[in-house]
Amino acid sequence: MEWFAGIGRHSLGKLAAIGRALFVLTGALVAKPSLKHVPLTIKQIYVVGVQSLAIIIVSGAFIGMVLALQAYTVLVDYGAEESLGPMVALSLLRELGPVVTALLFAGRAGSALTAEIGLMKATEQLTSLEMMAVDPLRRIIAPRLWAGIISMPLLALIFSAIGILGGQAVGVDWLGVDAGSYWSVMQAAVDFDDDVMNGVIKSVVFAFVVTWIAVFKGYDSIPTSEGISQATTQTVVYASLAVLGLDFILTALMFGTH
Amino acid sequence: MQDLVRIENMSFSRGERPIYHNISLSIPQGKTTAIMGPSGIGKTTLLKLIGGQLRPQEGDILYKNESIPKMKRGRLFEVRQQMSMLFQSGALFTDMTVFENVAFPLREHTKLSESLIRAVVLMKLQSVGLRGAAQMMPSELSGGMARRAALARAIALDPELIMYDEPFAGQDPISMGVIVKLIKELNDAMNLTSVVVTHDVAEVMSIADYVYILADKRVIGEGTPEQIRDHDSELVQQFLCGQADGPVPFHYPAKSLEQDFLGSR
Ligand SMILES: Nc1ncnc2c1ncn2[C@@H]1O[C@H](COP(=O)(O)OP(=O)(O)OP(=O)(O)O)[C@@H](O)[C@H]1O
Ligand SMILES: [Mg+2]
Repeated sequence: MEWFAGIGRHSLGKLAAIGRALFVLTGALVAKPSLKHVPLTIKQIYVVGVQSLAIIIVSGAFIGMVLALQAYTVLVDYGAEESLGPMVALSLLRELGPVVTALLFAGRAGSALTAEIGLMKATEQLTSLEMMAVDPLRRIIAPRLWAGIISMPLLALIFSAIGILGGQAVGVDWLGVDAGSYWSVMQAAVDFDDDVMNGVIKSVVFAFVVTWIAVFKGYDSIPTSEGISQATTQTVVYASLAVLGLDFILTALMFGTH
Repeated sequence: MQDLVRIENMSFSRGERPIYHNISLSIPQGKTTAIMGPSGIGKTTLLKLIGGQLRPQEGDILYKNESIPKMKRGRLFEVRQQMSMLFQSGALFTDMTVFENVAFPLREHTKLSESLIRAVVLMKLQSVGLRGAAQMMPSELSGGMARRAALARAIALDPELIMYDEPFAGQDPISMGVIVKLIKELNDAMNLTSVVVTHDVAEVMSIADYVYILADKRVIGEGTPEQIRDHDSELVQQFLCGQADGPVPFHYPAKSLEQDFLGSR
């Protein structure tokens, strides 16, 4: 009996949290956008996007290099090294670019967003905004949400591009695959709508979910050091799980029927 | 005289814990009203209730005869443009300079030109003695300076109602005197309505027009400063003297002795 009550309470708590998350989202996005908030969004794009560039570039390069190395050892056995280009490019554009970018973004920018907003809450900055008749959902949450949604797909594209170059460095320059075939077979194999656009769509979905979780966890955090540290952890865990789960669903929808 | 804010038979509890029970008080327009009471009694909570941050479980809070708890979010935000609150913690925006903090409400709610904003901000900072600190970040300020910067921000828009939560905490005697004078001047010159929550009995008695003393979920004493000083409730006297003379357990007997002397005469 206790046990059932516990489950009931727990699910009710979760439902209430989802309700609050939806409230935050509508409050931030449905409100009429104001021109005044454009500079704020640009500043946030700098903070969450531009400042994540380094980690994205370095990770992209290494993933591309590893991918080329692994693919080469398999392909060379079948004498199919010229397929290295599409192998690397498709893996990156369809999967690794969006997914790894989202995971890195959750760890790098998502956790920072949660901590920042949580601290604003703890130091009563959000309350004082409300008392000044400024809606924190529009002033604080909306610019950060938009910044995440705008930057992450771009970061994912950069990740893939750098990865492809990293693949070339290993495959062509080191392992000796013919440069012409690396690039031309890749070009022939990669379809703009099917591969590039689907990757971008995935990335937009991930961006939306990761940033939403991050800002909501900050906004909903318990305003103490402990509460904020908990919220930060939850952001990274929930966002990563959501990305991996959604990736499976999206992949099944996009490529599952081929 | 009209009441700007009226609280009618209001009850409020935090979870299971009652903070206020059936309390009524009113804040007259254009006057300075002081609210005193022991720590943790719910003074900050009262200000948040007036600001519409919290909703009472029972009773009503009227601002210009309009019920704050019943307002829609949009209307509440409109009304809040006429109010301002100095937070106990200051609550400065940590990612902006002191100047930008004070300019913030002006930028959000007015269409003043940049040069006018600059003039207003510097004037407000001057009045709290922080013009020289305009370009500092909140993290570089001392506690007392941060509170004065927050005070400058709270008065930036010249609102109709200002609620000061512990404006004197952490101030040296000089800035204390300056702030007392500032609150008084704002009140007299602009006919603002002020609510001052504080423990500094002497300071607030010198500027308040009316004083409420809260304890035990209700108002235990109210009146003009003179009436409060001569209030015959033991609770009120204990509170006033405890604050002035240090720890209550030590001085309370001393005070009753004094009263004994007076009483025996
Ligand atoms: N967010 C909260 N959740 C639960 N209880 C709270 C919360 N904030 C305050 N309280 C409780 O409400 C009571 C009143 O708090 P409040 O901050 O209004 O006191 P106060 O009179 O302003 O005290 P002080 O003079 O120390 O500032 C306190 O006993 C506190 O424990
Ligand atoms: Mg307080």
